Amino acid sequence: MTIKTKLLPLMIAAALASPAVHAAKAYISNEKDDTLSVLDLNTWEVVETIDVGERPRGIALSKDHTKLYICASDSDTVQVMDLATHKIIENLPSGADPEQFALHPDNRKLYISNEDDAIVTVVDTESHEVLAQIEVGVEPEGMAVSPDGKWAVNTSETTNMLHWIDTETHELVDNTLVDQRPRHVEFREDGKLLWASSEIGGTVSVIDVESRQIIQKLNFEIKGIHPDKIQPVGVKLTPDGKYAFVALGPANHVAVVDANTYEVLDYLLVGRRVWHMEFTPEKDYLLTTNGISGDVSVINVADMKVERSIKVGRYPWGVVTLAD
Amino acid sequence: MLLEYYLIATFSIFLSPGRTPILGPSITKRTKAMLKKLLTGAFCALVAGSSLAATDPMEISIAYVGQQIDLGPVLSNIIPEPKDSGLQGARLAIADSNTTGRFLKQHYNLHEIAGDDPQQLVASAFDLYGRGIRFFVANTDSDTLKSLRASLPADSLLINAGSRDDALRSNQCIDGLLHTIPSRAMLADALAQWLIMRRWNRWMLVEGSTDDDQAFAAAIKRSAQRFGGKIVAEKAWSFDTDLRRTAQKELPPFTSGTEYDVVVVADERGDFGEYLPYNTGLPRPVVGTQGLLPTGWHKMIEAWGAAQLQSRFEKQSERWMNEKDYASWAAIRSIAEAVTRTGDNSSEGVRGYLLSDNFELAAFKGRKLNFRGWSGQLRQPIALIHPRALVSSSPQEGFLHPRTELDTLGFDEPESQCRVAR
Repeated sequence: MTIKTKLLPLMIAAALASPAVHAAKAYISNEKDDTLSVLDLNTWEVVETIDVGERPRGIALSKDHTKLYICASDSDTVQVMDLATHKIIENLPSGADPEQFALHPDNRKLYISNEDDAIVTVVDTESHEVLAQIEVGVEPEGMAVSPDGKWAVNTSETTNMLHWIDTETHELVDNTLVDQRPRHVEFREDGKLLWASSEIGGTVSVIDVESRQIIQKLNFEIKGIHPDKIQPVGVKLTPDGKYAFVALGPANHVAVVDANTYEVLDYLLVGRRVWHMEFTPEKDYLLTTNGISGDVSVINVADMKVERSIKVGRYPWGVVTLAD
Repeated sequence: MLLEYYLIATFSIFLSPGRTPILGPSITKRTKAMLKKLLTGAFCALVAGSSLAATDPMEISIAYVGQQIDLGPVLSNIIPEPKDSGLQGARLAIADSNTTGRFLKQHYNLHEIAGDDPQQLVASAFDLYGRGIRFFVANTDSDTLKSLRASLPADSLLINAGSRDDALRSNQCIDGLLHTIPSRAMLADALAQWLIMRRWNRWMLVEGSTDDDQAFAAAIKRSAQRFGGKIVAEKAWSFDTDLRRTAQKELPPFTSGTEYDVVVVADERGDFGEYLPYNTGLPRPVVGTQGLLPTGWHKMIEAWGAAQLQSRFEKQSERWMNEKDYASWAAIRSIAEAVTRTGDNSSEGVRGYLLSDNFELAAFKGRKLNFRGWSGQLRQPIALIHPRALVSSSPQEGFLHPRTELDTLGFDEPESQCRVAR
């Protein structure tokens, strides 16, 4: 009894200090609420809402899962949140209007798209030094770093190109022209292929990383939905290399693609204007952020069914997940 | 000539990326970048023609022909229209295209012609043709467009980014002419669909006395017939009192006498229409050239990445982007998109690509845009706005078309005698 009484304040303190201890969680950025929603992945409930900078969009975990990087677009900064305390501990010099970013496997170099300035800014997350600013096309958006750390690839929405940046020299060494308004790029786990979505073109291009040439172009077709409204944004590949999921924006569906034959297997109905996606830590569920309906859809990966949707903030955009 | 090239256009070839790790205030950064670009440009000009033949970029020269039209004195003159409407959109499109062109060794430059004398404009355009220019974006009235087409040889591509004239899209077709600015019929159809969707079917039409006002009123009547609106009263505004003082007294009785759901106003130059909202005889909304306005572009459009275009434009021009700016921007971006995709900078090549099934333009309206093969009109959604918000965007749901719902706006193929893609 006495022990319990003595321990109680400690337990409360511990609970307050690290609200993230007991369950797998998802963090969702709410673009028009300036908040993150924290979703408990066991109970499927929003357990916390955290105030962050203005217009949060892209979010990413540090490689050691202790920090969360947040693009606060209208605050012109990348915020660093301590995942143990949910406090913003630092602001990185990001360049103006950061939208998406990608962290190098070295856990230090952060590649940031500066949408208004047609540049990519490279920031050292430890020293906070701006290592380089690379001129790219109009409205840089999507960012990805190859698993081997050799390439940083940026998409420019109005120039319609993928820009290949050598991460050693920080020189732009090649460009791949794709369909209208490229939004997102995603490397296959082995780094040999790159998937790139074109929102207005309505296609996904699969690019051979070695030659930087398009080897396959995917089209989508949903009965009753005009082709112009099928607008690919987020792309996620299963780690086993079997499937790709493509979020189709205002078509309100996620396409399930056989990642080897490139055949579209199914279209799953989710919330309105679906943006981005992330797997749960066990890879058994896929979460989608649905901008207009302000919710997250949960797809069961084993049977390819949408199981539930969970209300979050206004205009949910980015999502990451974290194990216990 | 050289000076014109390098001062008018944003020169951005030969820049090695990744050399400027500066995060100062953006003005300083931009000034530095501009200076660097100008210096690089001047350097290239010095050595051009001697040793750089192998790395010479492909040049794409585009003329912008801007006619300053005197609309006469108006009652509502408090916020004047910007004098560089259209031109600023053209400049931004050149800058955007050069950012892309840098990666493809393509360089775009703009030759600006402006003035109020149509004959002089046509002569200047012809002069540019003589200097090898084949792409012309015109922000003029339809008479000047006709003179331009008559003067410029057939191997020049002319894009209309200024005239909303329905005749040019239906029965007074100009050979090979493309249009990026919406026609009056498109604007009226966009408004009509929304009114029908709201079930506000009874319209009182109030029209001004200029030819343009009559043309807008005619477009409204056509839309009423197409979509089932009923014009319950038609009134001509001919008062010459100063409404800034007397609107409250004069307008309510003028708009009384019959039941209606909305007042549709046709006053293109903004003479009296601004005073109609809240001064109608019945408590009803005002729509048309004032009140709820159908338009190709407005500050209140921000979805689908439009916020980025707006902010780029505002940084460059220090004002909001309007419909004419957007039309000029879209015209030049269309040309550049064709050159980017085909690597061909001939007017025939560009024209062929623009009218092919392959052409698509991402233009911040939520779907890809392309040209109608008959009228040469750029298909596009039309925004319905009031000064502080986007109210809706047409085509409205449920207005169907076998090809694309965008063709429910404006003159459809069977209604038009034009066959630009022939």
